[in-house]
This record gives sequence, C-alpha cells and structure tokens, in this order.
Amino acid sequence: MSESGHIRRKWTNRIMLILCGCAAGLCILILGLIVGYTIANGISYFNLGFLTNVSKPVGEAGGGMRDEIFGTFILVGLASIMALPVGLMAGIYLAEFGSPAVAYIVRFVADILAGVPSIVVGVFAYAVLVRPMHSYSALSAGVALAIIMIPVVARTAEEAMRLVPNSLREAALALGINRWRAVLGVVMPGAITGIITGIMLAVARIAGETAPLIFTALGSAFGVQGLNQPIGALPLQIYRYALSPYPDWQQQAWAAAFLLMILVLGINIVVRTVSRRKSM
Amino acid sequence: MLYELTNNTAGRSTPEKPKGASDRTKYMLEVVKLNAWYGKMKAVNEISMKIKAQAITALIGPSGCGKSTLIRCMNRMHEVSDGGRVSGQVLLDGRDIYGKDVDAVSVRRRIGMVFQKPTAFPTMSIFDNVASGMNLTRLWYRKGEMQDLVEHSLKKAALWEEVKDKLNWSGASLSGGQQQRLCIARAIAIEPEVLLLDEPCSALDPISTLKIEELMLEIKKDYTVVIVTHNMQQAARVSDCTGFLLLGELIEFAPTKELFSVPHDKRTEDYITGRFG
Repeated sequence: MSESGHIRRKWTNRIMLILCGCAAGLCILILGLIVGYTIANGISYFNLGFLTNVSKPVGEAGGGMRDEIFGTFILVGLASIMALPVGLMAGIYLAEFGSPAVAYIVRFVADILAGVPSIVVGVFAYAVLVRPMHSYSALSAGVALAIIMIPVVARTAEEAMRLVPNSLREAALALGINRWRAVLGVVMPGAITGIITGIMLAVARIAGETAPLIFTALGSAFGVQGLNQPIGALPLQIYRYALSPYPDWQQQAWAAAFLLMILVLGINIVVRTVSRRKSM
Repeated sequence: MLYELTNNTAGRSTPEKPKGASDRTKYMLEVVKLNAWYGKMKAVNEISMKIKAQAITALIGPSGCGKSTLIRCMNRMHEVSDGGRVSGQVLLDGRDIYGKDVDAVSVRRRIGMVFQKPTAFPTMSIFDNVASGMNLTRLWYRKGEMQDLVEHSLKKAALWEEVKDKLNWSGASLSGGQQQRLCIARAIAIEPEVLLLDEPCSALDPISTLKIEELMLEIKKDYTVVIVTHNMQQAARVSDCTGFLLLGELIEFAPTKELFSVPHDKRTEDYITGRFG
C-alpha cells in the first residue's frame, strides 16, 4: 500500500474516465454534424413544391420528388407485407414453440441473415427475380428489402415475447387454453409494444437502404407505373443526383437527404417515446 | 391479534364433521404409482394417494420435496416444464388423465390450477381476466352471456364486492391478494371439478391469506381442492386430509387431525414439531 501506487491508480481512473467521456461525446458530435450538415444544405431547397412536383430535366427549375417519395412508401409497404407475417411467425416460433436445438439453429441463421451486406441481398434479388423477369421491378426491390427486414423483425419479436413472464403462459395453459391461443391472447398483447418497436425500427432501416435498390428498383423517370416496372425511391434519387455534375440536382439530393433523415429520425423518436410511455 | 384472527378460521372449519367419519366417501382423484422427472432428476417417487371429493387435501413438506411437482402432475402441467416427464396414473373419476387418447388441454379444463405468484393477465381488464378461459377457447362469444359467468365467478371468489364498479380496470391494478382471488375466480369460471392451489398464499400478507383460506372453505362445498403449502398452520387450519412429502416420497397421508396429533412416522413428527424443515 505505497502512496505512489495510490496516486497512480487515482490518475489511471481519471484518465480512463476522461477517455470514455470523450468517446461518448464524439458519438453525439458525429450525429450532430450529420444532422446539422444535412439540414444546413437541404433546407434551402426544401419546400412544398419539392414534395408535390415530379422531377424535371436539368436546367428546368422547380423539380420535386413526388414520385420518389411515393415509390419509397410503396417499396416499404411491399417489403412489410411480405416480411411482417414471416418475421412475426418466425419470432413466435423462436420464443414459444421451437425446441432448443432447432431454435438455436434458426436464431443463428437469422443473425447471419441480418448481417449479410445489403448489396449482396440486392445482387441476389437481381439474379433470382430481375433476370428471369427480364425487367427491373418494384416487386424485386420489395423482396430484397423484405429479406433485410425479416431477421430484424423475427429477432426483436422474439426478444419482446421472451420478456413476458413464463408464469403468465403457464397460467393460460392451466386454464385449458391451447398454446396457440395463449400466445395470441396473452403473450402477444404483453409484448406488443416491443414488437411494434421492432417493426418500426426495421421499417426505418429499410427506408434508407440504397444498395439493394440499384439492382432491383433501378429508378424511374416516368413515375410509378406498376409493381412489375422500375420504380424510383428517395435513397436511389439521392445517390443519382448527388453524383451528377449539375448543382441544381445536387441541391435536390441534399433536400431529399434531409427529407429521408426526417422520416427515419421521426420514426425512431415516435417509437421511443411511445415505448417509453408504455413501459412506465 | 393476527394469530387470533387466523385461529377463528380454524374455529369455522371445526363445526363440519371430520371427513372419514362419513360412511360414503367419494374419491375424485386417484394417484397411482406416480413418478415424475425433471430431465434426469427424479422429483416424485412412486406416489399413490386417493383424494376425497368436496374436501381440501393439503400437501406439506420442506422445499424441494416434490409437492409442487406432484400437484402439477395432477393436471398435466408438469409436462410443460423443461424436461418434465411423468409415469404412472392419475385417475379423474376413474379415468386416467395420462391415457393415450386424452388431450392435456381438455384435462386442464376439468382440473383448474392457481399458482404461487398472482398471475392476473396484465393486458386484460378484470372482466376479461375472468372470462379469459372461455374467450380464448372459443372463437366467438357474446359479451352478454359472459356477464353472468363473470359475476358468478367473482362472487364465488369473494371478490365481487371489491371490483364490481371497476370491471374494466386492468387486472394488474389489483393488490396481490385481490389478484390471487381473481385467479381463483378465473379458474372457477371454466367450471372445473378439481381446483389445484400451488402455494396460493405464500406471496400474500396475513390478511389476504385469511381471506383466501375462508374462500377455500367456501368453495370446497362445490369443488375438490388440493393445496400445496409450506405453512403447516395453514394445512392444519383448512384441510381435511394432509399428505407429508419428503424427498419425492409420500411419507404419510392421513386425516389432518390425525396427522398433526398422532403422526405415525417419526419423520412426520420431526417435521410438524419443527425439528427440521
């Protein structure tokens, strides 16, 4: 117990605290910079016309993103219709029915699937859907996004249902209720906040995905024409316009980035407030 | 003071004639050479016992003696646990509930169960909690026909007066004792023949415990009640017959008075006199 050892430990403690504090500060700073930079660049072009007008050729003023906004909603909707039933039921299986060994494998595979780079998912959808159909399409983009969405929904639904105490399941079973109705009537309602949070976070995630859309949705200069036709989407248009040499398009890319960020941040904030209020 | 209160319930139970004195004893449940395991661990060992109809049978014993496992075997809830396995027979009115063609779900509708921890469904109203056994087994129901059932069950569980004005409140808004009576009402609502209570009072304060005990004496007129308790006084106060379990075996099973006054087995005597456990 020498005096110098005590001082050394005290200083190590202090320095580590400061380092951790700096790292935490850096995280907030980065988010702040991204949000601030996007707002600063995007808000000047952001107006009602930007939301309601269709895109215009280079040089013509007043171009907007109406079709791309619409397209993003269609793609997210398509992906959700496909991914939610599969993801939810897989989550129910993992939390309620799977034997430990099978559930372990399914969980492992779901985690791997969640970690597959989204561009690989895009290439996959291109190979199995776009090529055979001989056309880029909204449908193939929806499938690609659904593949990204399924493991996220399944795992968050599983986690939420696992938080429901086992005593409630047993109580339901002891009333002569069969497993499936017990899950629907007792477990799911208890986990609904967590499940919805998971779904909304998955939606927020795919709303901003760009890479898989390049091979599938392609983008469209003619608006939304049908599910078997190419379709535009906000992240795609940001990618295209930001890389273009025209200052006007670059401006629009910033404005679209601003819009997308508002959408995703908005979803996140709403979900977090709702789930916090529910849990109290 | 509390001790006197609880003594009063014992006073209430004595006027009834001790069971066994009656000439025609009806047995509702009969356990025959029952064994139960958790994985490789054997929790219940070759237990046989006959449980009287319209009476309260108590199972006592130290923690880990297998009394909860035994009661869970009586409505096929043991097999729900991880690694739960059973051999032997449990006859309900003469029919084996472990028979080949018997569905566990239908067994549980005839043999209800209430657990140690109050398990009111927190997402449901008080009304829906009581109706849940019916709601969740049928696809369609009318709220009207439920009304009578819910009121009847809550009255039986001595909870009606306390909750009749707030039936649409959450089940979780009730106190622990009220929740436990809600669970009993919920179990009664599916009109079982046997009611199993797995340490129903161990999470409750003395006043709530007293209420549940009074309730048990009341409902035994219609149901066969089996209660697991680690509280010997409770067993002595409310039950007609008592079984003492130790290390998965049924050491002694006798009318409560007899077991507590003249235990035949040395181990029973040691336990009820507080020498261990």
